[in-house]
Formats: sequence, structure tokens, C-alpha cells
Amino acid sequence: MSKVSDYVDNLLSRLRNGEVASLARAISLVDSHADVGNALHHAVRPFTGQAEVIGITGPPGAGKSTLINALITELRGQDKRVAVVAVDPSSPISGGSVLGDRTRMGEHTDDPGVFIRSLSARGHLGGLSASVLRVVDLIDAAGWDVVILETVGAGQSETEVAEVADINVVINAPGLGDDVQAIKAGILEIADVLVVNKADSPLAQRTERQLKAMLQLRREESQQVPVVSTIATAGSGIEELVSAIGSQSQSKFNASKSERLLDRTRRLLAQQAAEQLKCWLQGDTSPESASIITAVIEGNCDNEKAITDLIRIRYGAIL
Amino acid sequence: MNQPLTVTSHNLEGSPARALITKIGLDGHDRGSRIVAAYLRDAGMEVIYTPPWQEIQSVVQLALQEDVDLIGISSLATDHLIIPEMMAALREAGLDSVEVFVGGIIPEQERPMLLKAGVRAIFGPGSQRDDIVECAKGLAAESREKKQQAFGG
Ligand SMILES: Nc1nc2c(ncn2[C@@H]2O[C@H](COP(=O)(O)OP(=O)(O)OP(=O)(O)O)[C@@H](O)[C@H]2O)c(=O)[nH]1
Ligand SMILES: [Mg+2]
Repeated sequence: MSKVSDYVDNLLSRLRNGEVASLARAISLVDSHADVGNALHHAVRPFTGQAEVIGITGPPGAGKSTLINALITELRGQDKRVAVVAVDPSSPISGGSVLGDRTRMGEHTDDPGVFIRSLSARGHLGGLSASVLRVVDLIDAAGWDVVILETVGAGQSETEVAEVADINVVINAPGLGDDVQAIKAGILEIADVLVVNKADSPLAQRTERQLKAMLQLRREESQQVPVVSTIATAGSGIEELVSAIGSQSQSKFNASKSERLLDRTRRLLAQQAAEQLKCWLQGDTSPESASIITAVIEGNCDNEKAITDLIRIRYGAIL
Repeated sequence: MNQPLTVTSHNLEGSPARALITKIGLDGHDRGSRIVAAYLRDAGMEVIYTPPWQEIQSVVQLALQEDVDLIGISSLATDHLIIPEMMAALREAGLDSVEVFVGGIIPEQERPMLLKAGVRAIFGPGSQRDDIVECAKGLAAESREKKQQAFGG
């Protein structure tokens, strides 16, 4: 036991000292759900809250990785230390994966002010990996200024990134099949900034018009979502993108780090609570719970009341 | 069912092995490395795949940041001649626990030089998929064993 806490202390202090190998190792431990990963995550908690977390999501091939490459260049120009976590899908058959996002960021490999880590979704649905929130905390505690998250190619209902990132950039591009189909309303809902990439394509203006029309259908506040057009391969529009991210962050958190951290931690707890509750409820096969469920089946009890009852009978004592 | 903060193990048991499949030097023929990347993926590994022409320092950075267990280098021309330099750079960066294997066309008389530099296995043309996968799995397991020891596990 003490050996393990020594181990965690050692890794933590090396990670806090900026040792890349220790951060990389800590991420593996958290990602593998080793018990020490829990201990590590707990230990870094007091040091989190400095980094800004930017999520980048959008359909496969829209240019997420290429855009991140250009974003890194821009942010490095502002002297920010930038970390990227890129999540790729895993094969449902072998569980293996080829993690290729960082290929597009190759020009930054040797920059000590850039840290890039590829993660496999490991079967997790929702566009990220199950561990990504904790991975972000580790990077934050290691002192990186910005953490950019690339989700797997999404665009349908993979909105999980909204629970992790402070600011969500949703990116679309012309020529990905039917433009409107490539990106669904659900994913537009989470956008703080919308990007129309591949603006060098003749069809880009049409995509932009369609996106703006879709935004009009959304609630009042969301009409203020800025739409930025970019050519990621040429780095054009990136300055505008960075300033759009900055002003959205400003209005969301009043430029206050503590408000941002409060919001992030609330999202983390809500996510964990949902998972834990699901686990509890599914595992509860007591006769009491069976009778509540039977009442639902027979139409004598609505879902909401049943859920409250299920929680109460089982956990009333500790709630 | 509360998850208390008890710690019983800190190995990576059960999580997929991580491999870097890459090419150093001037040769751009990446068919071999693509095939091996696919073999390892299909064997359940997480493969960081890069285009050819990586600098030695980039390989070190990739291995560090991605915390890989093994590195596979494909060499079809003379790229393998700089592998000893790469091995030294890995050691310099403290990556002693990362195992390295090489595939491609390596002249018989140059193999001892690679093995002496720390390369663990060499696969020539016509190597069987199963042999490569088997070897990679074994090396990944050894790497993890070493990493755990290095941290006093
Ligand atoms: N013409 C043009 N091509 C671009 C632009 N941005 C990216 N691309 C190309 O689009 C292709 C896909 O780019 P990626 O950055 O890999 O796209 P992605 O969204 O990360 O893809 P996944 O991670 O596979 O979902 C590549 O061939 C890029 O070179 C752009 O602004 N203009
Ligand atoms: Mg990508």
C-alpha cells in the first residue's frame, strides 16, 4: 500500500516537473483503468483548472486533424504550450486500432511546447474514450496551457465532447456526401463555434449557407454562434477561429478560470453519476425493485416516479 | 458499491499493447510498414502509424509521448544503417524499456550490428504474419514488465 502511494507521489512530482515520459505513463495508467490510475487522478485534482480545453468534432474527413495542426501553429505563436488528445475508433472485431490523427500534425512533433497523445476509443461510443476526462486532468496538472481534443469522426449524435471540453468547435466541410446529412442537429446544439473548412472548395459557400440556415432554426441564444470559414491546409482563417474561440470562452465563463473549472467539474460529476447510477440500477435485482418495475410494465407508474422510487428503496439510507 | 481509493495493482494488464510503426531515413516505400501496422491492429494492438522519413529525434518524441511498448522500423534500402544511432537516442531519452524490431531487407552481414545495438528481432522478406504478431506480442509483454520494474512495481 505504501509502496503504491510512493509510486503515485513519485510519478506526480515528476509529471508536475514537466517530465514528458511521466505524463505519458500516467495517461497509460489512467487509460487502462489500473487502480493506480484512480489514485493518480485523485492526486492531480488540486493542480487542475489552469488549462483551457477545446473540443474539435465533426464528420470523418472534415479536416479536424489538419485544423488542429494549424491551430497549434497559431497558439504557439502566442507562446501557449499546447497539448492534443486525439481519439480514433477501435476495431469492433479485434479491439485494435491504427491511430493516425497525429500524422497530420507531424510538423510539431519535435516542438517541446507541444504534446500529442493518441487514444483509442476502445469500444466506447460517443466520440471519445471512457478515460478522456481524466486524461485531460492529468495534462492540465502537468501545466499545459491549452488541451485540444479531437473526437473520432462524428457528426451524428456523438456529443459527449460537450461534457469534457470548455469550448466546442464543430467543423464541417463541403463534399462529404449530402452536406446537411453529414452534420445533424444534435451536434449543432453543442457548438460554441462552427467552422466551414475546405473553403478553397467551390461548394464551401453553399455549405456555409446551409449551416447558417440550420442555426436559424435553433434557439435564440445559439444564433450568436460564430461561423468561421477556414482552409486548414493553408492555415487561412485560423486567426479568426482563435479569436472566435476566445470571445466565446469570455462570454461563457466571464474569463474566470474558477468558473470554468466549476463548470468542468460539474460536468465530470454528472457524467460519473449517470454511469454509477446505471450500474447500480442494473445490478439491483431485489424483489422491491422488481415490483416497482412491474408497476411500470403494467402502466401503473411512470418512469420518472419509478426511478425516484428505485433510488430511494435501495439508497435512501445513504442519500 | 462505492469505489474506494484502494490500490491493488498498477500494471496495464488487459489494456492493448501500443506499437509505433515507422520509417526513418530516406526511403519512402511504406507498403511493408502499412502491412505490419494492419497485422498488429488485427491482433488487437493500438498502432501509432507515421509516414516515412521520420527524424531520429521525432521517433524518440513519438515513443515518449505515446508511451509505446514497442517500435517497428521498416527498412528496404539503407535506412537500417542509422538504427544503431536511433537505439542510442532512445536510451539517451530513458526509453530503455521500449523494445525494437526491424522488418524489410537487411543484408545478412549487417544483422549482427543491429542485434548488438539492441534490436530484438529482424524479419526479412517472406516472413509469416503469425511469426511477426507472435514476436510483437512477446516483446510488448517484456516491455511492460520492464516498465513496471523501473517504477519500483
Ligand atoms: N482542399 C482542402 N483539403 C483539406 C482541408 N483541410 C483538410 N483537408 C484534407 O482533407 C483530408 C482529411 O483531413 P483530416 O484532417 O485527416 O480530417 P479528419 O476530420 O481529421 O478525419 P478523421 O480523423 O479521419 O475523421 C486530408 O486529405 C486533408 O489534407 C482544406 O482546408 N482544404
Ligand atoms: Mg483526424
